[in-house]
Amino acid sequence: MKNNNKVFLLKSFIHLAALLPLINLYWQAFADQLGADPVERVIHFTGIGSLNLLLITLCVSPLAKIIKQGYLLQTRRLLGLYAFVYAVFHLINFLAFEVQFDGALFISEVIKRPYITIGMAAFILLSLLAITSLNRLKRKMGKSWQTLHNYSYLLVVVVTVHFYWSVKSELTSPLLYFLLCFMVLSFRLKKLKRLL
Amino acid sequence: MLINTPKNSTLNDSDVTDENIYHGRRSLLKKMGFIGAGTLLGNSIVNQASAGLFGDDEPRFITTALDYKKDISNLDLAKTPEQKVISHNNFYEFGAKKEQPAQLSQQFNVKPWQLSISGECDNPITLDYDDLLTMFPLEERIYRMRCVEAWSMVIPWVGFSLASLLKKVAPNSRAKYVAFETLYDPEQMPGQENRRLGGGIRYPYVEGLRIDEAMNPLTLMSVGLYGKTLPPQNGAPIRLVVPWKYGFKGIKSIVGIKLVEQQPPTTWNLLAAKEYGFYANVNPNHDHPRWSQASERRITSGGLFSRNRIATLPFNGYGEEVAALYQGMDLSTYY
Repeated sequence: MKNNNKVFLLKSFIHLAALLPLINLYWQAFADQLGADPVERVIHFTGIGSLNLLLITLCVSPLAKIIKQGYLLQTRRLLGLYAFVYAVFHLINFLAFEVQFDGALFISEVIKRPYITIGMAAFILLSLLAITSLNRLKRKMGKSWQTLHNYSYLLVVVVTVHFYWSVKSELTSPLLYFLLCFMVLSFRLKKLKRLL
Repeated sequence: MLINTPKNSTLNDSDVTDENIYHGRRSLLKKMGFIGAGTLLGNSIVNQASAGLFGDDEPRFITTALDYKKDISNLDLAKTPEQKVISHNNFYEFGAKKEQPAQLSQQFNVKPWQLSISGECDNPITLDYDDLLTMFPLEERIYRMRCVEAWSMVIPWVGFSLASLLKKVAPNSRAKYVAFETLYDPEQMPGQENRRLGGGIRYPYVEGLRIDEAMNPLTLMSVGLYGKTLPPQNGAPIRLVVPWKYGFKGIKSIVGIKLVEQQPPTTWNLLAAKEYGFYANVNPNHDHPRWSQASERRITSGGLFSRNRIATLPFNGYGEEVAALYQGMDLSTYY
């Protein structure tokens, strides 16, 4: 199979794998099939989904190197954009269903609650990465594009801290995610040393 | 006078499918299937096929109807549907996710049960399962339930006041506090066995009240909800309900009540003292460090759009009955 076709197939798969769970989630939530408190469920699902997609995105380039399949890099932007889409839904869920468009409450929660503050910071950073993924902007930005996108390493750690900070008592899952962060970053030790 | 005109669509008690029949519906279907298909196919094939088709046939915990006096004072409160009350639970002994207790507790055994009331009192006693249901006249109490996580429900509990139980054992003058303890049985409670499932809290779960809080007429020992005995996920066979405090004070599946002189340790306070105090009175003016307590999401029927965020009331709206208990206390110090 030609690489172009492989990329097409992979991308189609990514679209399906990212969109179908999301559609299913909201379908169930609107039909009241998502347990007694669908708000909690949609918030958690989209939040964890975004973190998962970020981690997968960061796996692409090490994987492409290891198995020597350079065309895999062409799926990276799409994966990153889906991490952003999930984050957008995560934020919409919080705004529309948790605080229910109480603007004052939303702003005070973002300012007063450190875990929401850093979640919001992560969202702004992720938005910047998403916007600058447009080819035209990428070309215009030149070298500064790479500098900006190197912040994805910081981003994944901040998002994991946001998760860790939000849980009530169960720490095993957030700690597992810290381990995953460490793993995807460990492939980039040289680069990270240079950046720091 | 409240005039209630029933709509055509309104169901009566007599319209409700008996619970035993409802839970047995699959075996009923199976039996019907056997008569039909069994004449065509060998029995063993049908057996295998039906086992595969009806694999979700885990027996559910059977609750039974109770005799009780109806609560006619809180009819204006829109109740949270029973299905939501019994499927959305914080009972980490059966898993820290909201849906897990209903899934992982159906084999829970409440017979035999022993609840001992001891400590600083003249007549310590131990009650068995039947005593819990028959020792006191049962009454319905429709209470608001405010979770510390900022959601709430309205639940028709059935039970008796803790005060009447405590009077039976005659507390002495050293009884300043009441300490409660949940069953510790890792074989039956997977959350106690597995730290990840159990949310990393210490077991057995313990809670406590000041004696005057315990004697307040609102404080309820609940043995049922929606007219039937409690299902395990809600704390069968007996649990505490303190409607002006956050839900985590409502300790479930209680085996021990002890009258003590010193303020007893409480589970969530041991885990994070800055976040969960001993008193845990519902207080819109004292935020949890990580989220606001000024308002709450009331869980009623419907999906994502149909629940409302409402203002949280001091003492969960029971201030008239209980505010006097805390006169002169700084509620942001004693949260």
